[in-house]
Amino acid sequence: MTPYLWTWVAIVAAGVLAWATKFAGHVVPESWLENPRVHRIAAFVTVALLAALFAVQAFTSGPSVVLDARVAGVAVAAVLLWRRAPFIVVVAAAAAVAAGLRLLGWG
Amino acid sequence: MPRLSPARQQAVSVSVATGAYAISFGALSIAAGLDLWQTMALSLLVFSGGSQFAFVGVIAAGGTAAAAVVTSTFLGLRNGFYGVGLAPAMRPMHGMRRAWAAQVTIDESTAVALAQPADDQPARREGFWWTGVGVFLAWNAITVVGALLGSRIGDPAQWGLDAAAAAAFLGLLWPRLASRPAQAVAAASAVLALALTPVLPAGLPILAAAVVAVAVGWRPPASTQEVPE
Repeated sequence: MTPYLWTWVAIVAAGVLAWATKFAGHVVPESWLENPRVHRIAAFVTVALLAALFAVQAFTSGPSVVLDARVAGVAVAAVLLWRRAPFIVVVAAAAAVAAGLRLLGWG
Repeated sequence: MPRLSPARQQAVSVSVATGAYAISFGALSIAAGLDLWQTMALSLLVFSGGSQFAFVGVIAAGGTAAAAVVTSTFLGLRNGFYGVGLAPAMRPMHGMRRAWAAQVTIDESTAVALAQPADDQPARREGFWWTGVGVFLAWNAITVVGALLGSRIGDPAQWGLDAAAAAAFLGLLWPRLASRPAQAVAAASAVLALALTPVLPAGLPILAAAVVAVAVGWRPPASTQEVPE
């Protein structure tokens, strides 16, 4: 199989698993998911994975940790989030800052 | 003109706001190397922003298809708890109706449903369905717009799309950082992922962060205020 087809397999698998996860919440007896430990871990998994995805996307290039124009982009994003700017504004501003710096020849 | 109920008003505004950032998902998915059809399939089938950004983020970082599936699924685990919280308003529910309800059980539909008064179950159902279906339509339509824009762009980095992807993850993370333990989990996960990046294959440093979540979540918190939503 080609990498292109493997990507399709992964998309369908991710879709089926996403739906099965959501469906499970609607069919399992309520007592099953009331375990506080399960609740805590599930909430922290979301935080942990988003933080790791952010770090890898912002500060790595292949196998190396690098600091480039993305750093300025995410710094601006953080300030905007703190100022309660809408999501789309935050994302667009980060892109604009990084693109602008690269246009000037940095990072 | 008849006025919309509060649940429907919230549903419409949330659908528009959430749909708008599908434009960044569509563009980033193309930048990660997926084509238009794959990008549309992710929005239709996975339909959970965090999981979709994670999927294309792992692929963009050079991770395997399997790592993309596992990371995306882990990020969607919270959706499994929403059906339980919605049970008093939604159950009993059967057949195709339940299958569709599952597909649109996401952060936004759950939030709008539970924002309606607890003693008004019809309003909660209305909030759930209007938001779920509204976001589904907006998200999938605007994904196509983002993907078409993305495919007109040559080098994604030149347009800052790599910084945009990082900002998207930060934006999804931000509202979940209200408590101290959540902040600690986020900081430890970010440092661990960076430390493991030079030594593990792409995708695995991200999954390793789940270990931090299990370690911190295993013991009961000192106060009940410390667990994130």
